Amino acid sequence: MKEAKTALEMYRMMQLIRRFEEEAARAYSLGKIGGFLHLYIGQEAIAVGAAHALEATDSVVTTYRDHGIALARGMTSNAGMAELFGKVTGCSKGLGGSMHFFDKEHRMYGGHGIIGSHLPLAAGIAFASKYTGDGGVTMVFYGDGAASIGATHEGMSLAALWKLPIVFVCENNQYSMGTSLERSISVTDMSTKADAYGMAKDRFVAEDVFEVRDRLKVAIERARRGEGPTLVEILTYRYRGHSMSDPAKYRTKEEVEDHKRRDALNRLRADLDASTDTRAAAEALDASVEAEVAESIRFADASPEPTADLLEATTYVGEFAR
Amino acid sequence: MTQMNMVQAINDALRFEMQRDDRIVVLGEDVGKVGGVFRVTAGLYDEFGDDRVIDTPLSEGGIIGAAIGMALYGLKPVPEIQFSDFIFPAYDQIVSELAKFRYRSGGEFPCPMVIRTPVGGGIRGGHYHSQSPEAQFIHVAGLKVVCPATPADAKGLLLSALRDPDPVMFFEPKRIYRAAKGEVPEGDYTVPIGKANVARQGEHVTLVTWGAMLYESLDAANKVQAEGVNVEIIDLRTLWPLDIDTVVASVKKTGRVVVVHEAPKTCGLGGEIVALINEKAFLYLEAPPKRVCGFDTPFPYTLENEYLPLSHRIVPALLETARY
Repeated sequence: MKEAKTALEMYRMMQLIRRFEEEAARAYSLGKIGGFLHLYIGQEAIAVGAAHALEATDSVVTTYRDHGIALARGMTSNAGMAELFGKVTGCSKGLGGSMHFFDKEHRMYGGHGIIGSHLPLAAGIAFASKYTGDGGVTMVFYGDGAASIGATHEGMSLAALWKLPIVFVCENNQYSMGTSLERSISVTDMSTKADAYGMAKDRFVAEDVFEVRDRLKVAIERARRGEGPTLVEILTYRYRGHSMSDPAKYRTKEEVEDHKRRDALNRLRADLDASTDTRAAAEALDASVEAEVAESIRFADASPEPTADLLEATTYVGEFAR
Repeated sequence: MTQMNMVQAINDALRFEMQRDDRIVVLGEDVGKVGGVFRVTAGLYDEFGDDRVIDTPLSEGGIIGAAIGMALYGLKPVPEIQFSDFIFPAYDQIVSELAKFRYRSGGEFPCPMVIRTPVGGGIRGGHYHSQSPEAQFIHVAGLKVVCPATPADAKGLLLSALRDPDPVMFFEPKRIYRAAKGEVPEGDYTVPIGKANVARQGEHVTLVTWGAMLYESLDAANKVQAEGVNVEIIDLRTLWPLDIDTVVASVKKTGRVVVVHEAPKTCGLGGEIVALINEKAFLYLEAPPKRVCGFDTPFPYTLENEYLPLSHRIVPALLETARY
């Protein structure tokens, strides 16, 4: 098959994200993870395709559904799982939790729990890249639900006005929590929002991780050439509910099954299985993924919780009131 | 030393720090070519260019959100919100993103920036050009809040804020932008964040205030002096972290305290100050602490001088507290 080495790399990461989250879901049901846990299962091709299109010196910002892009950018499973468990060895020292994955080394600027508020912030990061002339591109992910909130548009408005090196990726999984797209927005083609700001646009379905990578690359290169932002709408689907506490009764079993039949991870695996060599390699990767995820659970379990003295040091430099 | 007003002192601090630190970027509505509606950023656009002094669209959430991204990437943004009454479209960015960034990233991403914004009444601005929302930012853990009353403090505190590792809300009392004049040190001059100033020595009553109400408080203190009441005035300068030690030391001396602020009385910073005095100096009190504040109403257009805690409202409070 074409680009067999890359195909295997992408397969391993997609499989890692899925298995990491399946085990996180299990740990959640055991009470080891508190609060909220929003799973990315079904959308992996976007994070992995994007990570392969970006350079290490580029920056990413995303929503609260952030485990996938964090892992794809290079965060270790240990740091991610420990964060979910609220342990001090987590990527945000256990203070952030599921929705607040940060990774300075891999230029991952969060994990944002407030819908849309990270788009202006991403524009600022892109501004700083342009200001310092370092050639970096910022990619910001948001959901279809964020298309209706003001901050989203303020971010796009500034990015387009200032011709910033940024790519807006709308991961359209077709539900804002429990409200379907056509019930929540008047124009369901999210890419048309680009027209209002004079931005370039693209729109496609995330069924093939190579297509995700290649089409995002076009937008990234446009940004790097100084030709301004692009809005890329990628149609996708989450197989689980909005969060662990959502049984997703607002959609039919048939609808979910229909999307699962077009699963990008399964499709990639089928391509790999078509040849004996890559099939054997994929099986070996499955085993290494299982070992990595199991180790992350063990690591998170064994890690200590943060102590209250960490609160002071992370609020601001100086005294605070208890 | 040079004689300056508040606007000149702030402008001087910005220019000084922009010359020595090219990470500083000023952005906001009309801050560039126009030089700001109050002319605080006048001349900076010509000196530093349009990539460092940026005119933005009317987009407060966008301005603060973009500034946060700049700070995360290593720049030192100084966004201006044209009036603090206009800050609320950006309140989500300030509360949810800016104030919590250091915490929720486990300390990995501090977010140093200075949000400058004119505050307070006295220009007949009515309800959308006169408010004092400082308490609404103090209540958000993670922000430092500053409000200078003199040109020298404005320069010194702004330079400290620009070098602080955390976000600072820098409230500029617009009533005294040009009315407050004084000697300002040239070149590098800092006033530490978190330190109050005893603006007037006295032994009978402690008066705690900040911003433009310092001058009304001084006027009231001079008036009650004629009646034998000697007032000690503490200009907080930094509203958070609060220099409660200076306040408590004074209250232990006088046993009496009046807090004066423009913001509405209920849940204003005065309430917190009185609570802290009760916690730390209860047995020293000779009279109930008193607050002279704005009313719990929208800021009025025609009744501004009734709403504001001006000298004519402070004098009776001082006399009543002194004679209790």
